[in-house]
Amino acid sequence: MDDLKSGSNLEKVLKAGHFAFTGELGPPRGADAEEVREKAQYLKGNVDSVNITDNQTSVVRMASWAACLILIQEGIEPNFQMVCRDRNRLAMQADILGAYAHGVRNMLCLSGDHPMFGDHPTAMGVFDIDSMQLIQMVKKMRDEGKFLAGEELHGAPKMFIGAASNPFADPYEWRVHRLAKKIASGVDFIQTQCIYNMERFREFISKANDMGLTEKCYILAGVTPMKSVGMAKYMKAKVPGMDVPDELIKRLQGAGKGKVAEEGIKIACEQVEEFKEMKGVAGVHMMAIEWEHKVPEIAERAKVLPRPEV
Amino acid sequence: MIVAERKPFDEIKEMIKERKKVLNIGCGTCVAVCLAGGEKEVDVLTTEIEMARKMDENPIEIDKITIERQCDREYLEALDDMVKDYEALLSMACGAGIQFLAERYPEIPVYPAVNTTFIGINQNVGWYEERCRSCSSCVLGMTAGVCPVTMCAKGVFNGPCGGTNKGKCEISADQPCAWYQIYERLEKQGRLDEILEVVPAQDWENQKPRTVVQPGYEKVKEES
Ligand code: SF4
Repeated sequence: MDDLKSGSNLEKVLKAGHFAFTGELGPPRGADAEEVREKAQYLKGNVDSVNITDNQTSVVRMASWAACLILIQEGIEPNFQMVCRDRNRLAMQADILGAYAHGVRNMLCLSGDHPMFGDHPTAMGVFDIDSMQLIQMVKKMRDEGKFLAGEELHGAPKMFIGAASNPFADPYEWRVHRLAKKIASGVDFIQTQCIYNMERFREFISKANDMGLTEKCYILAGVTPMKSVGMAKYMKAKVPGMDVPDELIKRLQGAGKGKVAEEGIKIACEQVEEFKEMKGVAGVHMMAIEWEHKVPEIAERAKVLPRPEV
Repeated sequence: MIVAERKPFDEIKEMIKERKKVLNIGCGTCVAVCLAGGEKEVDVLTTEIEMARKMDENPIEIDKITIERQCDREYLEALDDMVKDYEALLSMACGAGIQFLAERYPEIPVYPAVNTTFIGINQNVGWYEERCRSCSSCVLGMTAGVCPVTMCAKGVFNGPCGGTNKGKCEISADQPCAWYQIYERLEKQGRLDEILEVVPAQDWENQKPRTVVQPGYEKVKEES
């Protein structure tokens, strides 16, 4: 126990060498706690920890930390996502302390989408610090017991520190180096962008293996099952940094009417199977966006149940 | 240079609709070069206002003058004897010039006729692009001459972010990703190793009004 950084369930699962399986939940566009509870029930027992998004796609939602607390009440471990877009270093540190005080033990440090994509497109993007600096800040708070500016804090927030990585964004050669920078900044685990191009991901992870990066942090491969051909096409054309191969779209099209979603889940499960065997991959992050009720089925079919008790 | 754009005509008209005697003041430096508030633009706007007000049956007496620089006391002085004859002043200078004008004549209402847009460069006649946010701590040496504060939509210091898309920024297919450019240039110069280190959080110096006193000129400030 002593050598655990945070003692979170996710950390313990990974440390014990189990193949981790994490989920995701987007808080509601309103103050209704029931909405969070409902979605959360589908994830309970089926994943090791649930990412709570932070004003995802720059659209205002219930605060990530607040939805995290609801999950804790429900007996589910949250992973508190924090973006650099909406608060400066003072507010970020305050929220980290507050979230920890209420039992949050995992954090995911992100840049955040630009405000122009959201529901308040002319809002000021704060970006006081970037995601790399956010990682450094959380680590400093945790390991040195100090605020970013250097002053001591009382009661260090022992967070398990995560970050995202996009193995497909350009410049491609730089991706592993950026991962290395995140590790140097202090991340304990990485959850990748949704992977559809398995070929390119294999290359990425083998480079990361060669550089010894996968020994320094846990890499969870991001998976989002495709619900429809339209979704696949949209992701390919419209979502920056997303690599959706044409073969995948063809395969979904080939599934035939009414069977595309089923095919999407099948593909996702095949991916999970491959990740289980892939050297350097410590788990899967299942982002079933607005499809939480499918998670029990996906977990079952991907053969990741029961989740380990650690 | 400082780049500005003239405000929409209706906005200007609305601001001064109650004023019967106005002086429209241009600036002969940055805003003249970027075709927003120099002598020519002052001529055009003044005539436009005059005509519009006549049509509205709300005539205005509007005169014009363009001075070399509104951000410089030396040139503003030329207006001292003139301004008292006017009910209000319209300024086509940048925000700095407008404020300096208003500061000099605090009893007279001053209205802006331009929106000051950015510090930028001249790509071609009439085409300007932002390049600097005057953050007070220049990192261009490290970033191969591409400003991460200005040219990166998220002001990232350890980029590119996950939104970078085939050399473009996530905000638009027309906007190059600053960090992609930084990467490419550093690679060409064989300097990629220089951005392997994590750049720590920036000490923002631009969160309060700034003053510069050049070395050797401290006295000037003390005396004034
Ligand atoms: S895509 Fe590039 S320029 Fe745009 S925010 Fe990300 S790093 Fe900055």
